[in-house]
Amino acid sequence: MTRTTYLDYNASAPIRPQAAAAVGRALSMTGNASSVHGFGRRARACLEDAREVVAALVQAPPAAVIFTSGGTEANTLALRGLTRGRRVLVSAGEHPSVLNALEGCVHVSLTGDGVIDLARLEAALAADPQPALVSVMLANNETGVIQPIVAVVELARRFSALVHCDAVQAVGKIAVDMAALGVDCLSLSAHKIGGPQGVGALIAGETLAPAPILLGGGQERRRRAGTENLPGIAGFAAAAQAAGTGLDEAPRIAALRDDLERRARDVAPAAMILGADAPRLPNTSCIALPGWPAETQVMGLDLAGVAVSAGSACSSGKMAPSHVLRAMGADVAVVASAIRVSLGWASAAADVDHFIQAWGDVYARSTAARALHSPAA
Amino acid sequence: MANADRPIYMDYQASTPCDPRVLEVMLPFFGARFGNPHSVHHHQGQQAEAAVEQARAQIAALIGAEAREIVFTSGATEANNLAIKGAARFLKARKPHVITCVTEHKCVLESARRLEGEGVRVTYLPVGGDGLIDLDHLAAVIDTETALVSLMAVNNEIGVIQPIAEIGALCREHGVLFHTDAAQAAGKIPLAVQAMNIDLMSLSGHKMYGPMGIGALYVRRRPRVRLEPLFDGGGQERGLRSGTVPAPLAVGLGAAAVIARDEMAAESARLTVLRDRLLARVRARVPDVHLNGDADRRIPGNLNLGFPGIEAEALIRALPDLAVSTGSACTSASVEPSYVLQALGLPGGLARSSLRLGLGRPTTQDEVDRAAEMIVAAVARQRAGVPAIAE
Repeated sequence: MTRTTYLDYNASAPIRPQAAAAVGRALSMTGNASSVHGFGRRARACLEDAREVVAALVQAPPAAVIFTSGGTEANTLALRGLTRGRRVLVSAGEHPSVLNALEGCVHVSLTGDGVIDLARLEAALAADPQPALVSVMLANNETGVIQPIVAVVELARRFSALVHCDAVQAVGKIAVDMAALGVDCLSLSAHKIGGPQGVGALIAGETLAPAPILLGGGQERRRRAGTENLPGIAGFAAAAQAAGTGLDEAPRIAALRDDLERRARDVAPAAMILGADAPRLPNTSCIALPGWPAETQVMGLDLAGVAVSAGSACSSGKMAPSHVLRAMGADVAVVASAIRVSLGWASAAADVDHFIQAWGDVYARSTAARALHSPAA
Repeated sequence: MANADRPIYMDYQASTPCDPRVLEVMLPFFGARFGNPHSVHHHQGQQAEAAVEQARAQIAALIGAEAREIVFTSGATEANNLAIKGAARFLKARKPHVITCVTEHKCVLESARRLEGEGVRVTYLPVGGDGLIDLDHLAAVIDTETALVSLMAVNNEIGVIQPIAEIGALCREHGVLFHTDAAQAAGKIPLAVQAMNIDLMSLSGHKMYGPMGIGALYVRRRPRVRLEPLFDGGGQERGLRSGTVPAPLAVGLGAAAVIARDEMAAESARLTVLRDRLLARVRARVPDVHLNGDADRRIPGNLNLGFPGIEAEALIRALPDLAVSTGSACTSASVEPSYVLQALGLPGGLARSSLRLGLGRPTTQDEVDRAAEMIVAAVARQRAGVPAIAE
């Protein structure tokens, strides 16, 4: 039987056993958390316990947590719900749910390292006296590059701008302290930290009242209508508890990732690691080898039982060139050859071995094929 | 199984428990069969995608639609918001008029109010004492600017079934889109989007023994219904709903749809017997009990009963072992009497004296008999203990 190796955690992390157990327990409960009878009150208690755990994950008060259906909804709620006539400035490397949330928002480019260009952000803020809403992610989903949020907030404050931060990829991998970051609101997603799909949260300071997108019952302090997805939320909390600040798992995962990158360079000395010169998440590696199409690599790896991706999952169906790498000013050949390898809580040394072996095989085959067809050979 | 020590759950319109068979189908997707259904370039993603597509077909089969006409959402609230705001905003420039009804779910009414703030004209149809709309009245308010009619298939508080097929025919005749909130209807009454001329239909997982956190919107393809999405992003769900589709929940909703379709007729018959038994047992000892909503055009799993002269809140407090409600869970913390019951024009404060009783798949005859006993006893105690103001 072929071994299967999953190295696409940034698309979706396998659910942690603790989270799966919590989901299973909650799925066996009866009741709507808004009902006032005993069944409803038990559901409500479970919901509020989960709210405390999720709040603690980012050092925020429980009342700041607005549960949503996921990161996309949280990002949309933050951007559409808080603009109220503000200009919107976002980094060009944001997730599509931020980039496309509003028409006419300004995209601030990244440096070659994959970090938001602070000088350009400052210029964009200074260009217009109208107050702004700035949205910059904490860590990029494709390169893992950690953005200088504290500096972004400092700049934004000078221009009385609000700051939203998409922390979907960062939380659980690095310590996230909302107050220390100084941001006004933060998006989270459960399935990126080993919780279930279909749940996320917008953490918004109590004084901040994003205008709701989903209207109806008065759930989530009237900021998000709809019966709370209790099993999802319970699973989210269990995953949050298990992931914590990520500090327990980080050294081990970083060591695996560094080993993977070193050995990838041994296989193909021309391989580039994008964003390697900036602070990065411990789990993400964006590897490019100009001239070798990403699609060939991803498919070859899949045949060998190794799951990675080219870019982010939502657009990988189309295999469009990565907007993140283009925003970094990367060469077309680099962009077309970049794959993303992302590790997580269940990753082990054997997964790295499998990746290197499979990637090496695919590389050797395609190098041989190229040599065969090349007129110089 | 029925256990005399446990409270009896009779609030199936607020939420239905997840069927153990649904749970069994879903759970592997939280473990070994996990994957992001949009990661179509590797095996785990393809496996999740195949499961999501199978679920889509299962849901479509329940309502006579095509699989690609099903858009997954986080629930019926999102589906209703997407259908109503999405369709009205798309058509606003040419057709700035929407028709709905005063007894719709809060999420429909709130969406309509938001549209009013955006310059859309909204007509709120009244209902008769039976809880049903008047088709002639509907025909009279449709005009050349009408974009959309949104009327629920089954009311969540009183269980009455609106004349969906007739409404659909009328809308089709006038070239108006027809959306129906079928959260309380799916799996309980037959629904056929073609025969009933339905263009948009909202479904909810946890109202049909599937999981919470998932729902669906049926969006007709021929002729194509266009919507403005609520979320933009990865462009999933044909661009109508961005965000990772939660594969385990989608699978759960699919499994729930299969069971609902297979068992609807038999379960309907079983619940009708139980419901009639419950009503007969209460009525035998409380002869002045009032059934709110039409007596015949209703789903079998619901009774909304008025007890003249008794405060419903006090009655609920006197029934600690029976989980029932005074109305929608979304507003159950509110002290105001239900707006649905108020719309019926009930006599003499009956709106404040009514209980919603929901029967469901786990409901047994023993539970029904015990519930009837509890209600009868509680009513008698209230009437004995409280000075007879009404007499």
